[in-house]
Amino acid sequence: MPRGKLPYYSVALGALLLLWGSTWGLFFAPAETYMGDVQRIMYVHVPTAWNGMLALTIAFFFAVLSLWKGGLDWDARLEGALEVGVVLCTLLCMQGAIWAKPTWGVWWDWDPRLTTTAVLVFAFGGILALRQFVDDPVKRATWSAVAAIIAFADVPIVYFSVRWWNSLHQVQSTPATVSRAFHWPLRINAFGILFLMSGLIAVRARLAALRREDELAPPLPAAVPHGASLAQGVRP
Amino acid sequence: MSPQDEVPAIDASGVARRFGRRWAVAGVSLRVRPGTRLMVTGRNGSGKSTLLRVLATASRLDQGEARIAGFDLRTERNAVRRQVALLGHHSYQYEALTARENLEISRRFLGAPADRVEALLSEVGLLARADEPVLVFSAGMRKRLALARALLQDARVLLLDEPYGELDPAGFALLDRVLGEQQRRGVTVLLATHLLDHGRALCDEAIALEEGRVIWSGPARDLPDPGTA
Amino acid sequence: MKGLWAALRKDLLLQWRTRAQAAAVYAFGASALLLFSFAVGPQASLLREQAAGFLWLGLMLSSTLTLAESFQAEAEQHALEGLLLLPASPRALYYAKALANTTALFLLGTGLLPMMVILYDAATPRVPPLLGIVLLGSAGLSAPGTLYAAMTAQARARQTLLPLLLFPLVVPVLLASVKATSLIIHGDPMGQLGSWTLLLTCFNVIHWSLCGLLFERVVED
Repeated sequence: MPRGKLPYYSVALGALLLLWGSTWGLFFAPAETYMGDVQRIMYVHVPTAWNGMLALTIAFFFAVLSLWKGGLDWDARLEGALEVGVVLCTLLCMQGAIWAKPTWGVWWDWDPRLTTTAVLVFAFGGILALRQFVDDPVKRATWSAVAAIIAFADVPIVYFSVRWWNSLHQVQSTPATVSRAFHWPLRINAFGILFLMSGLIAVRARLAALRREDELAPPLPAAVPHGASLAQGVRP
Repeated sequence: MSPQDEVPAIDASGVARRFGRRWAVAGVSLRVRPGTRLMVTGRNGSGKSTLLRVLATASRLDQGEARIAGFDLRTERNAVRRQVALLGHHSYQYEALTARENLEISRRFLGAPADRVEALLSEVGLLARADEPVLVFSAGMRKRLALARALLQDARVLLLDEPYGELDPAGFALLDRVLGEQQRRGVTVLLATHLLDHGRALCDEAIALEEGRVIWSGPARDLPDPGTA
Repeated sequence: MKGLWAALRKDLLLQWRTRAQAAAVYAFGASALLLFSFAVGPQASLLREQAAGFLWLGLMLSSTLTLAESFQAEAEQHALEGLLLLPASPRALYYAKALANTTALFLLGTGLLPMMVILYDAATPRVPPLLGIVLLGSAGLSAPGTLYAAMTAQARARQTLLPLLLFPLVVPVLLASVKATSLIIHGDPMGQLGSWTLLLTCFNVIHWSLCGLLFERVVED
């Protein structure tokens, strides 16, 4: 695992961009005609959605690499991506609820994308729970990767099933579909969360790698060519 | 064929397996000629069982290399499995099924001839109770069944992890008989045991493990008692 | 796939031998259906409308017991490890176990249908399509369920982990099976049954192949 400062700069840059974009979007961008100020949550909601799904996609690739290449480094990165992805998706659901209550009068309106996200929070959160109950780091790595691949493969099916299930009941709407976006704060926030996410995944991966080092005995020195040839019964 | 041309039954170099912060097997190197009977001895927790399990591919190899009958332990695991039979601490049995049914299952997977099951049940002395569920078997009977299962595999390398443990005197004699027969057939046997005198009489070579390392190796009859070497 | 037939014989024999446990699981499922009626209240129209949902919830909850049990016998004396060392193909072992679990869940689901008819007044003459959906749904629960049962049999806190890992994944099975069953019972004016059946089929195809591929990594040491 690298030890440089790049992830921390990334987090700092991301936080600054997010602050800039959010201030602009919340206080200075023009209000939306029909929804009013409530729609402003979109400036955070849409970037969170993009980056949440991106984090989980990154987790999927780390899982594939972990199974393919072996070793525990890719597993540490997988742990980082899973955690950041679950956090972002949880925030996404919370933002969705915050928007839905004043808009529809209910906390949850079963929008297919948000509902799929909720299912993903449970699916990937479950993998994080699984990791707590497996003591052997190698098994933990293999199982997390397997579970992450299966969960990711499930995403499109979950989405379609929820969409069909909900299709007869109500108009689909989220802050993004309803409103016309004023692009700049949105883009700035998108990059902000992207830098934040990448930095946090890297930092979290390092933490995981350090914990792994602590869990395992250090490697043995390379084997001395064996002197114990039993045909002669020589002492090693 | 001169001895140097023979493919060793076991050729291990720096074999190691860790559990968390502890190396259970901490760099074991062995070269065992085919047909040898090797005694593996050491205190509880010295790594005997883990070593046998790693060689049988039941447990992964964390460090080091090994070849069993010429097949690489890391990359040719299935080929190794065809050469090796392990009689370990797990009986590998289905408790709800009878002794005969358990053997039949293994027989079908191995593709062995149909009469082998009856022959083996008879040999290990379980023919009379072959149709009872394993659940009601005593520890000694389970051991006999596990022995039958290991013999069914017709392996070139037989790994026995403290097999005398639950056996009665008749069981002892059975196992000794079996080991004699396996030697006549040129099968390599690794016998992990605490019964030092018995092992010295039965085996050709011996190694002693301590903390996962080989601390002594040589002819079995020269094996010193623990605490004297 | 070498050994598939041998493995299937083994799994079906084990299921037959432990059929008393299957009866207990059935009792659990049936009582779950009863509890749902108590929770909802004795309005016949409401019960009838939601019958499909209750049936599939009951089956899903019971499936955790069936699936966990399917690896109980493999884990207690490490029989699965013994088979892998013969060597037996992990893929064959997976498909045999998953097929056996599908059979068990199908029988369980079919057995719960009369309970659904009696408790919720949700009868239908269209029995073959209904059985077809029960089969597809059972297969959908079994494919990932068998893999995760193998995993959690080796971990701590296994009773909690299996449903925790499995339930989010099989949401599509639940949705599709409930919808399809409901359409069969109450009528399908817009011809949607085909779409839901297609969804179930896709889910099965994806998971039966993916889990079969990945099973080996789950059971190796």
